[in-house]
Amino acid sequence: MYLVRRVVEFSIWDILRNLLLAARWTIVLSLIAFVGGGLVGLGLLVVRTTQMRVLQRAVSIYVSLFQGTPLLMQLFLAYFGLALFGVETSAWTAAAIALTLYSSAFLCEIWHGCVQAIPKGQWEAAQSLALNFLEQLRFIVLPQAARIAVPPTVGFLVQVVKGTALASVIGFVELTKAGTMITNATFKPFVVFTCVGLLYFLICYPISAYARKLEGQLHVYSR
Amino acid sequence: MRVALEFFPVLEEWPLLLTGIAWTLLLTAASTFFGLLLGTVCAYLRTQGPEWCRPFIVGYVELIRNTPFIVQLFFIFFALPAAGIRLSAEVASVLAMVINLGAYSADIVRAGIQATPRGQIEAALSLSLTHRQVFTRVVLPPALQRVWPALVSQIIIVMLGSAVCGQISTEELSYAANLIQSRNFRAFEAFIVATVLYLVLSVFVRHFFQWFGRRFVFGASRG
Repeated sequence: MYLVRRVVEFSIWDILRNLLLAARWTIVLSLIAFVGGGLVGLGLLVVRTTQMRVLQRAVSIYVSLFQGTPLLMQLFLAYFGLALFGVETSAWTAAAIALTLYSSAFLCEIWHGCVQAIPKGQWEAAQSLALNFLEQLRFIVLPQAARIAVPPTVGFLVQVVKGTALASVIGFVELTKAGTMITNATFKPFVVFTCVGLLYFLICYPISAYARKLEGQLHVYSR
Repeated sequence: MRVALEFFPVLEEWPLLLTGIAWTLLLTAASTFFGLLLGTVCAYLRTQGPEWCRPFIVGYVELIRNTPFIVQLFFIFFALPAAGIRLSAEVASVLAMVINLGAYSADIVRAGIQATPRGQIEAALSLSLTHRQVFTRVVLPPALQRVWPALVSQIIIVMLGSAVCGQISTEELSYAANLIQSRNFRAFEAFIVATVLYLVLSVFVRHFFQWFGRRFVFGASRG
């Protein structure tokens, strides 16, 4: 009887409050994946820009594996794969690892494009100043590539935030999972999923608008 | 520790996997057709339509681009019945994919349309073609040709995203993998097989649409 009363009394503010609490984990997971993916992606980028063909090929294959398969499958593989190799897995670690690797592949691809956009003469000029490979990359190429890399990188953050919604499928309680759980408790799917959608929009829209603004500025500078 | 992977129990269930592949391809084909149609109509309205409908198109595109696909799918499947619209899992999946692809392709096609040289439109108008004829015969085919690679990539992304549709019991490939692992507990192997199949599908679908575009979409207009 008590439970039934509770269900009836679930107001829209209760729904919003619980969703907002869960949205924290969407943001935390996004940041972990984005920062972790950035670090791994940077490492992959360095490997990919070296002159060793085998390593370049290996990184390209890594990237196309992640780009050619569903993120959902990557999450499942991380979830069941880690358990198989005897690692104690929670939905947390599996989601963090899968999303980090996913982000690293995409960021590596984005940044690789930016590095390739730097004229060959810059590399040669740096080489003629007797800088070694890492110095050429660190002091000459990356600073220039970073300037054009910022807008698409910020834009990719939106992809990461949206990607975290899939972690709900392996049981990680973030915004989407909270939405389905609250729906099961309140039987108000329309209200709940409208709120879930709006919250995602409130997180993502400012980021994509900012990315667009950065891109516009870049075009002004390069004119 | 030693990990023994056994793929035979998974491959033994090949009829399920085959059904899954067929459903994934069917969902992709249906959503590509209707999604590109919707995207083109939106791009037309955005660039040449009446002034009042532009904010609606922009709002639709931004809303879809800034929310996760899984939330859009759950909204259509779980929330719309509360508003009196009851759809089967398969129809809900296609609808979600169409709405998703429609928003992304609207933006891509718009970029192609806006790159049309002014003189071509003026030349076509001076031959007394109507505005509609100018759009469908002169502007659209080369616009689609310009952005076709981006559209094909987006179709692949939507196909990979369709893995989520298994969550509402559409019997596509990821659903088949889930079903197989619930029968024989070979979860890791089942998802590896499904992931490899997705990879093959994405390569196949990319080549197919590259050929399809040349043959039917813009190639035909060049005689």
